[in-house]
Amino acid sequence: MKKKHYFGRGVMFILCAVFALMFLLPTVLTITNSFMAESEIVSNYGMIFSTTTGGYVSKTVNLKFIPDKVTLDQYVTGLIKSPEYLIKYWNSILLVLPIVIFQVAIASVAAYSFTRWRGKIRSGIFFFYVILMLMPYQVTLVPNYLVSQWLGLINTRWSIILPGIFAPFSVFLLTKFMRRIPYSLIEAAKVDGAGEWQIFTRVCLPQCRSAIFSIAILVFIDYWNMVEQPLVLLKDADSQPLSVFLSSINSGEIGLAFAMATVYMIPSLLIFLYGEAYLVEGIANSGSVKG
Amino acid sequence: MKNQNQKLNKRRDFLKSLCFLFPSLLGVGVFFILPFGVVVYYSLIDGPATRNFVFLENFVKLFQNSAFRLAAKNTLSFSLMAVPLAVVLAVALALMLEARIPMKSEFRTFFLSPMMVPVASVVLIWQVVFNYNGTFNELLLLFGRDKIDWLQSDYAQIVVLLLFLWKNLGYNMILFMAGLANIPKELLEVADVEGASEAYKFFSIKLRYLSPTVLFVTILSLINSFKVFREVYLLAGSYPYDPLYTLQHFMNNTFGSMDYQKLSAAAVIMAIVMVVIIALLFKAEDWFGKDVEG
Repeated sequence: MKKKHYFGRGVMFILCAVFALMFLLPTVLTITNSFMAESEIVSNYGMIFSTTTGGYVSKTVNLKFIPDKVTLDQYVTGLIKSPEYLIKYWNSILLVLPIVIFQVAIASVAAYSFTRWRGKIRSGIFFFYVILMLMPYQVTLVPNYLVSQWLGLINTRWSIILPGIFAPFSVFLLTKFMRRIPYSLIEAAKVDGAGEWQIFTRVCLPQCRSAIFSIAILVFIDYWNMVEQPLVLLKDADSQPLSVFLSSINSGEIGLAFAMATVYMIPSLLIFLYGEAYLVEGIANSGSVKG
Repeated sequence: MKNQNQKLNKRRDFLKSLCFLFPSLLGVGVFFILPFGVVVYYSLIDGPATRNFVFLENFVKLFQNSAFRLAAKNTLSFSLMAVPLAVVLAVALALMLEARIPMKSEFRTFFLSPMMVPVASVVLIWQVVFNYNGTFNELLLLFGRDKIDWLQSDYAQIVVLLLFLWKNLGYNMILFMAGLANIPKELLEVADVEGASEAYKFFSIKLRYLSPTVLFVTILSLINSFKVFREVYLLAGSYPYDPLYTLQHFMNNTFGSMDYQKLSAAAVIMAIVMVVIIALLFKAEDWFGKDVEG
């Protein structure tokens, strides 16, 4: 009986390990390949990405784990020699940071409202937010485009930032967190003569610190990875974020593409390294549509 | 007197709540609700200049449009493949991590990590593996099979499906792990004492308690499968091989030609489909919720 148990667990472990390998390989390969010299890249992948640089091209494609010679050349090219990648990177930051900060800020005020006062109208509005949150881009991009056009924002960052700031995702999740704050805390503050704003900043927000972190992380990943909005709202290639631009470097400078792909992962991987616990908490709490 | 006071208090509360809600409500109104009203209006008229009401004509035209039909069909067939797999595999991962195996928390980290990696960063690897001269075809040749140009074949959706699962399974797994953690421990202990099999414990206890999560993950995956344009675009561009032409491709290409009537009709149709799906979710969550409590 006991032996059978060990056997089952062993199989389970091996299965997990196989899955883990599949989940990790694409990321790890991208990173290791980014240290490969351009000539090695050409010889390994020349058959796939039509290169103009010439040089030896291997007949078969070698998906290689570890480069023959480690080099930082691509990083030097991408980060120092040709500023266009840095500009795209900066574009990404300029788009994502204001969205994360202001979406969470506005959402925390709104979530407080949904937490403190309930009524038919307000739960109706909340319900509407949930529906809006679940709408795909096919629905929301047309309205966003129209407003941006009216306000003359097409081709500017604001056409993405403004709708992003008011996206209801954070409102929904923060409300769910805030409703778990014991009512007695709020009541006690009220008895002590605190106004609503004081209750919000001194009682409610400190209780929600970890929730705010986890929501900020979720919002960050979502927008760091954005493709749909810039494609429609930013026609100017210069203002595109790196998440869109990366796919257009493919031909010719493939080594550079690997390096820039790696650089683009770094912020989100760092956040993951330090904030995994928050992330998991945030996801686990999104697990039901109802408040 | 007291009654009047209460009324006053209530009104003051309402005003206060509105103050807190105002910034968000204003933004949602200006950037989503108001323009969506205009979208609905546009979907019912014949053109921004003439503005004649044509009722459903735009929708009829939309359904006659072969590009739209192709996109709808592809999106549907992709969702039918992706959603069940995204649910079943995530349950499997969550159950595996529930078992007493070493390195559990490391495995959780590994499974969740793709979520943090921008799709744009890993498409290169996908292209290397699934190119006509790519790694996967090398393997096929090794086994004496013919090479396939994966992204230009009927299997193209499978390539994208792998990327979709890679990216989304971790999130779903966390949701299921949270669901599993909510099952009353005593129930499983009693089952153990009475010598219930693992299969019985899974189907009769765990799955029953997980049913609201299953439902939620199903809807979430369905919505995510509508967003798979991102993966397709980064892998295959604006004009991919037929099976990969998604609804978002249709929308993007229509944005290019500025056909507001077509765009609006498509957005309205999508919104209606989504509302129906969400309504079903709410109904089902109610129903399953009662079942477990009772």
